Amino acid sequence: MEPQLSWYLALSAVLFTIGTTGVIIKRNIIAMFMCIELMLNAVNLTFVAFASFFQDVTGQLFVFIVMTVAAAEAAVGLGIIISIFRNRESLDVDDASILKL
Amino acid sequence: MENNLLSVIIFAPLAGAAINWLVGRRVRNERFIATVACGSVAISTIVAFYLAFNSHGALRTEEPLLDHIWTWLQVGNLRADFGLAMDRLSGTYALFITFVGLLIHIFAVGYMHGEAGFYRFFAYLNLFMFAMLTLVLADNFVLMFVGWEGVGLCSYLLIGYYFDRKEAGDAAKKAFITNRIGDWGFVLGIMLTSFVTGSVSFFAHPAAGEAAQTALSFFRNQPVESFTFGALFAGGATSIAILLFIGAAGKSAQIPLYVWLPDAMAGPTPVSALIHAATMVTAGVYMIVRCSEIFVHAPTAMFIVAIIGAATALFAATIGLAQNDIKKVLAYSTISQLGYMFLACGVGAFVAAIFHVITHAFFKALLFLGSGSVIHGMHHEQDMRRMGGLRKYMPVTFATMVTGWLAISGVPIFAGFFSKDEILWKTWSAAGLGSFSKVLWAIGAVTALLTAIYMTRMMVMTFWGKERFDAHHHKPHESPWVMTIPLIVLAVLSTVGGFIGIPYAFANRDINVIEHTLEPAVARMPDSVNTEHTDEHAEVNEERLLAGVSVVIALLGIGAGWVLFQRRPLLQMPRLLENKYYVDEIYDATLIRPIEVASREGLWKMFDIGVIDGLLHAIGDVVKEAGRLARYLQAGFVRGYAAIILLGALILIGLFAYLGFPLAR
Repeated sequence: MEPQLSWYLALSAVLFTIGTTGVIIKRNIIAMFMCIELMLNAVNLTFVAFASFFQDVTGQLFVFIVMTVAAAEAAVGLGIIISIFRNRESLDVDDASILKL
Repeated sequence: MENNLLSVIIFAPLAGAAINWLVGRRVRNERFIATVACGSVAISTIVAFYLAFNSHGALRTEEPLLDHIWTWLQVGNLRADFGLAMDRLSGTYALFITFVGLLIHIFAVGYMHGEAGFYRFFAYLNLFMFAMLTLVLADNFVLMFVGWEGVGLCSYLLIGYYFDRKEAGDAAKKAFITNRIGDWGFVLGIMLTSFVTGSVSFFAHPAAGEAAQTALSFFRNQPVESFTFGALFAGGATSIAILLFIGAAGKSAQIPLYVWLPDAMAGPTPVSALIHAATMVTAGVYMIVRCSEIFVHAPTAMFIVAIIGAATALFAATIGLAQNDIKKVLAYSTISQLGYMFLACGVGAFVAAIFHVITHAFFKALLFLGSGSVIHGMHHEQDMRRMGGLRKYMPVTFATMVTGWLAISGVPIFAGFFSKDEILWKTWSAAGLGSFSKVLWAIGAVTALLTAIYMTRMMVMTFWGKERFDAHHHKPHESPWVMTIPLIVLAVLSTVGGFIGIPYAFANRDINVIEHTLEPAVARMPDSVNTEHTDEHAEVNEERLLAGVSVVIALLGIGAGWVLFQRRPLLQMPRLLENKYYVDEIYDATLIRPIEVASREGLWKMFDIGVIDGLLHAIGDVVKEAGRLARYLQAGFVRGYAAIILLGALILIGLFAYLGFPLAR
């Protein structure tokens, strides 16, 4: 049986929900960060699925932009995480709820 | 007739006030300040005399001099200009205001010498002259009201001149607030006039676009209103007249609004002379005479004016009998004399009222300035119980005050005799009052007797008898020439000033200058036969007889005063009189206390704190509580924010899913 569009969308929705739930319930910054990446990739999957379904290359192009931005975001985000860890000796987000030291 | 010089009369003192306020306060040079102040009033005086007496002068022609400066208000039918008018009445007023004002300015240069607020005093005094002349020369009610309030303001400022003394500040506030009550009546009177007549102007001035029908000429063709109580509330001439009279009673210190004037003596003595004796307090008389056309159509109002005037005259005279402060005696005397003027207005003798205003301005300014000279010489002692025997220390002051004393007591040839006698005669012969005119005359006569007695008491306590002060410690001295010269000039005027109004009955010739001058400017009582120039023998004899009675009364009063007080100057007067019938206390208990209590307990503690503050606090509490709840949204936990974002996103998606996505269609 040919894979249907709805399969991709369902998988994407499941991945996105897992990512969202992870962002909300995880305390560890690294884990939250990975969940955000998961959400981005769930969206990417949707883009690619629609691009193939509509035979339109725009969706595939957009995925490249998302991946570029995600890479930049990962660099900045990891820098911030390292900085926080140096200052607080902790990766728990709730320990960083106060902006000043 | 247009004449632009008129504005110089009012604007010269204004310029003087501005210069003294802006420049005088910096240079602090008494000579400079005095020159500016007296010079500006001198310019007014010269211009006023020129305009009054030149060949087309205001006192020589029937037509008023007009100066339309600018159109001030034009709202619907109501038109009020900044316009001046000098007719025979306002011309007469302007003459004595500027002249007496000039003398008092000169006197004040000596009296206020060395005061720190010298510039301030003269700036206010000049401002007062501006306001007073605006009041008098205004050609409509509204501008007159501006002057009316202006003199009230200057009166307030000058009474409170010694603002570091509490009683001066209190007296200033009392004067201001009491006058507000009167002004309430005046404003309502002006409004009613403009409703009834459609105009607030005194003089028609068609060239400047004013209506030909003025507020005063409107009434000329109206019928005289009925002499009933109901006419007061009918909204016609009687209502207007009584409202205007309320204003006049406030400004001119008549019962029941007279209480501010005695307290106003807390100001410097030249102020008392200028504002509270010679000029401002006679503004009420001026206003009534200016509106005589309205008053003669309102017999009920006239009747009330006469009664209030007579009652005030008698009432104040009895209080004056028992005062120990030299200025308080003169203050009550002023109230009493103002009562005479209102009595004259009330019986329709408008010319006699103005005549008395003029002579009163001379002799009362003289007496006040004389008392100022005494106070100055006694190193600011005002209590007559600590004076006595001053005539050998200050001979010029003594001699001039003697003329003032004789003038106010009504001794023949002195000015007060003619004017007071004129009023008493006009009261006696008033038409339309029946035998009640005799009652009013009797009140006037008793007042004249009391006047002579209390003035004699004042003179005796001050100038005769033993010295009741330590002459070695501080020796009284005669005042410098800047103070004595105005005294001498006023003494001369108090002596000869009455000759402008010698009645026909005395001279057997028609030489009553004041009556001829003012007769065209005032309204005639509609029901009176022309009694002014009657040759009827009996009436002339009656007038002569009454004049004789007046003379006897005056001499009797002086004699009684002399006998009573020459030996015992410290004779205890009745407590009731010394305490002014406890009127201040009664007002305090019946009006001021209740207002105070109602304000404090009701308005402040209940309304302000309860309602207004309560409302504000309630609003504040609601905001605070909402903030306290909303604070949980901003807990500072990242996952919380993420959850809120998710929730928001879900709501939006749900909304779009429910309503459909609008762009897709």
